[in-house]
Amino acid sequence: MSIGHTLLGLLESGPRHGYDLKRAFDEKFGHDRPLHYGQVYSTMSRLLKNGLVVVDGVETGGGPERKRYAITDDGITDVQRWLGTPEKPEPYLQSTLYTKVVLALLTRRDATEVLDTQRSEHLRSMRILTDRKRKGDLADQLICDHALFHLEADLRWLELTAARLDKLREAVAR
Amino acid sequence: MNVRQWAADLMLGVRFAFTGGREGWTRAVLTAVGVGLGVALLLLTTALPNALTVRHDREAARSDVTFSGEEVPKANDTLVIAKVDSNFREDSVRGRALEPEGPRAPLPPGVDKFPAKGEMVVSPALKELLESDSGALLRERLSDRIVGTISESGLIGSAELAFYQGAEGLAPHIQSGTIERIDRFGDPEPTSEQSDPVLLLLILVVFVVLLMPVAIFIATAVRFGGEQRDRRLAALRLVGSDSSMTRRIAAGEALAGAVLGLVFGAGFFMVGRQFAGTTEVFHISVFPSYLNPSPLLALLVAVAVPAAAVLVTLFALRGVVIEPLGVVRAGRPRRRRLWWRLLLPLAGLAMLFPMVGNGRENGDFNQYLVTGGVVLLLFGVTALLPWIVETVVGRLGSGGVSWQLAVRRLQLSSGTAASMVNGIAVAVAGAIAMQMLFSGVDAYYTRSTGQDVSRAQMEVTLPEGTSVETSAQKFRDTEGVRAVYAISEGYLGDSAKDAEWNTQLTVGDCATLRELANLPSCRDGDVFAVHGSQWDPSLDDGKMAEPGRKLYMDPSDVGEPKSLEIPWTVPQDLKAAKPRPGLVDEDMDQGGFLMTPKAMPDAFAPALDGRAYLKLDQSTPDVQDHVRNTAADIGPLVDTMTWAETERADRYDAIRTGLFVGATCVLALIGASLLVSQLEQLRERKKLLSALVAFGTRRRTLSLSVLWQTAIPIMLGLLLASAVGLTLGTVLLKMSNTPVVVDWTGVLSMTGIGAAVVLVVTLCSLPPLVRLMRPEGLRTE
Amino acid sequence: MTPPAGSLLSAEQLRKAYGPTLALDGAEFSIHPGEVVAVMGPSGSGKSTLLHCLAGIVTPDSGTITYNGHELSAMSDAQRSALRRSEFGFVFQFGQLVPELTCVENVALPLRLNGTPRKAAERTALSWMERLEVGDLRKKRPGEVSGGQGQRVAVARSLVTSPRVLFADEPTGALDSLNGERVMELLTEAARSTNAAVVLVTHEARVAAYSDREIVVRDGKSRDMERAV
Repeated sequence: MSIGHTLLGLLESGPRHGYDLKRAFDEKFGHDRPLHYGQVYSTMSRLLKNGLVVVDGVETGGGPERKRYAITDDGITDVQRWLGTPEKPEPYLQSTLYTKVVLALLTRRDATEVLDTQRSEHLRSMRILTDRKRKGDLADQLICDHALFHLEADLRWLELTAARLDKLREAVAR
Repeated sequence: MNVRQWAADLMLGVRFAFTGGREGWTRAVLTAVGVGLGVALLLLTTALPNALTVRHDREAARSDVTFSGEEVPKANDTLVIAKVDSNFREDSVRGRALEPEGPRAPLPPGVDKFPAKGEMVVSPALKELLESDSGALLRERLSDRIVGTISESGLIGSAELAFYQGAEGLAPHIQSGTIERIDRFGDPEPTSEQSDPVLLLLILVVFVVLLMPVAIFIATAVRFGGEQRDRRLAALRLVGSDSSMTRRIAAGEALAGAVLGLVFGAGFFMVGRQFAGTTEVFHISVFPSYLNPSPLLALLVAVAVPAAAVLVTLFALRGVVIEPLGVVRAGRPRRRRLWWRLLLPLAGLAMLFPMVGNGRENGDFNQYLVTGGVVLLLFGVTALLPWIVETVVGRLGSGGVSWQLAVRRLQLSSGTAASMVNGIAVAVAGAIAMQMLFSGVDAYYTRSTGQDVSRAQMEVTLPEGTSVETSAQKFRDTEGVRAVYAISEGYLGDSAKDAEWNTQLTVGDCATLRELANLPSCRDGDVFAVHGSQWDPSLDDGKMAEPGRKLYMDPSDVGEPKSLEIPWTVPQDLKAAKPRPGLVDEDMDQGGFLMTPKAMPDAFAPALDGRAYLKLDQSTPDVQDHVRNTAADIGPLVDTMTWAETERADRYDAIRTGLFVGATCVLALIGASLLVSQLEQLRERKKLLSALVAFGTRRRTLSLSVLWQTAIPIMLGLLLASAVGLTLGTVLLKMSNTPVVVDWTGVLSMTGIGAAVVLVVTLCSLPPLVRLMRPEGLRTE
Repeated sequence: MTPPAGSLLSAEQLRKAYGPTLALDGAEFSIHPGEVVAVMGPSGSGKSTLLHCLAGIVTPDSGTITYNGHELSAMSDAQRSALRRSEFGFVFQFGQLVPELTCVENVALPLRLNGTPRKAAERTALSWMERLEVGDLRKKRPGEVSGGQGQRVAVARSLVTSPRVLFADEPTGALDSLNGERVMELLTEAARSTNAAVVLVTHEARVAAYSDREIVVRDGKSRDMERAV
């Protein structure tokens, strides 16, 4: 995820302090991992340098100085460009699981065991996600669904591989 | 749209009919059997008028003793013929004694050589009877040597019993109506065929009643194409055939059944024709060769039936939309209206009503009105039944689960349920009406005499010149005869010529006379006058029973040759007697003078005719035929007559059996198609049934619900059928002027057969149902 | 081998053949009250057969099934039918609602099979339908409602007798994921609230995710993943 673009986007609705930006980010997108302050400031200084934001004002009070950032026209264009550019789908071509299965076969270990253990683990994650989805709001549901569908895809691969283990064993042995 | 395209579509359908798997050809064969029955009936209908004409012509061609009173002088081309008819058991035997008077004497039709005295030619049926054990008694009477058989041209039916025997010395006995001299056979003035209107009515009704359910069956069979056909038609649409092409292909499937049905029908007809040669209905039997349908009509049947099948299918498919993804039956139509449905049977009644009371005296019934009326009335069943089923089922309340399942299903598809039982309802309605008509008309033919036949059951007329005493003795010696009341009768007039009053004189012994009247006392030599007789009041009215009054035995009539005119004076010691109910008929109480043998002047003897009443032991087998044999032994012209309360009861049984068989066949056919549809429906619900069983539904509950599902509509159908059948029967009986009697056993047995068919169908669908309910049905793979 | 302690329904060494096909080959199973167990596996692996055996619809060729301390194979067909009527509930993929009956009559059916009078049965049925958010369909026939609604009606029917074990065979198989998830949510919620055990046959991981644990059936053999780990 591009934190820079996300923060830029958040600024579009109006100038904000760095602290506000972190809060807004955490609220909307940071379900699993909240941003560190450091991350916010380093990102903002990069954006400043590139002319995508400007410092709208500085509050000096009792505590540390607080800058207020505002987005520039270049910034808006950049957000627009980011949204318009499709994400490159993950290639998923290098899979640890596949490596594990082949290795198990090569070393004459039980590959089914590998698959089943993985499958069980996947399902446990899915259970947790399902449970969270059940209790959460729409945002939760969409985020969990995203994860669930990916896990499900993995699971289907596990099933398929389990069904083709014999063929794979032959292929590996050659 | 060209002809070739049509033909191609139809042919494709024909192919599908036979390649559509087991259901496909089961359906085709069932349709074919139905069409076949219909075709056979139609062919028979077209052949029947011809058969009746042939019968009539043959009868006319052999007529001989004509009562014409015309004197034919003896010549070398004349023949003296005597009527020597007889009876054997319940059948009458046509008999003629022949005495050719010259080389050119006419031969009767079907006979190629005159039998000599002591010889006879007989009909094949009589020959068979005489040669069988059961004909032994008849053989005693007809002991002449059989020298040949009468060929078909001399007979009016395959079952007719007839013989020609050789005779000598008949000429002196020539008497109009019994023994005549003729120079040719055949009615000199042939009448046009005059068949019994009631018989024609019967035939007409029989055919309408048998054809209707078959027609309805065919229409139904065509409409219920089954899921498989639906899928096939939908698939055809999917690959691009348009709606009307698809319809034509469906019609082609029906055409296959119909064409196969034509073949079946021709077969059925040939079999039926042969069978017709061996049966007898109402004393009428026919030769197979009589049953030749006119070629034009047969051709019409051959073209019309397949065409009708195609049209019916196209018509039936109007309410069906065949889409590429499936077949949609027209949604549940508006609530059924009653008025036009009632209009049909009422219109039918209205057509029949003007003919009520016609009877057999007022000429033929209007065939179109009869057919139209019967068809409309029976069609009323098919029109009313859906309404009744819908209305009743809609009101059926709660009950057990099986009941609820069945009722709900019926509510959703009452039309389907009704049309499934339509055929059965119409068949039963028709059968009930037919049975009523048959039993009524049969009763008319035999007519209960209301006679008291406990005192005497047979009457023998002894021709002149036969000794009454000797004959009486012979009858007394006959097996099974309990008592013989022998009398001699003659007529007394109040003047020798042109008598104003005539009365009967009966001579018999005291025991016999006591059977005829209540006598105060009786000694041989007494003469009695019976006063107060209702049947013969001549004595009271003519004031002839006055002692000393002069009367004449055998007075002459005006214009007739002089008779014996023997004078007799009423004796002084005339005794009075009271009448008692007649020996063989209550109403025929004896009137006139009764005379004991000693009181009879010898001169009376030639003026008296002999007669004997016989009291029989009815438990003796074939007692009547023993008596007939004795009579034949006494003389060939001794005539016997059997008195009975009713006759031919067994003949009615035969018709009832026939009707039963016919109705059962039609019902069985309908039942078979019902079963096919039922199984198809069950198979469509396989998954549901398995699911229901899975969650613990008892198999009994499901079986019961299947039973209810058929039982409810059939119950309603049978009730309606009974009502319509009884109405139709009543109207038909009134039309034939026959007292209306409801044959409840008949009604019950017909409805019973209908109910039994449903029960059998349900029972037959139970094993597959149980199989479908197995959990395997849950497997999705 | 004795059934695991505290289990409501358990099976040992089940074998069942359909003709030459061996559908079950030594499968094991056990479930506790209030537990949701997913039975997973590729199609044709024998998972449906396992469910049918557990529910007493099909008798296994060998092996034992114990329900609540009673040996299932020792019962007569009538007894097992009665058990299914009163103690078990069923949801299938499709083809289970009687098309002629209204929805409420369909839901009331198991109660009526148990002898509950019609009025009372339909009252209970309606309350279950409301719980599954299909109360307003009561007068409709199954043909007039959508697949998701029909499946909820079917779930209501499976729960109406307050069964102790609910058998669900691909209950969402014919539904899209949104409808399927809603049905699964309602089903598991209702089951948990009545402490019913749920045997959930499915090949979809996302449906199986509603379970507490899963059993994998492969070539007629079962594998209890929790115990294996």
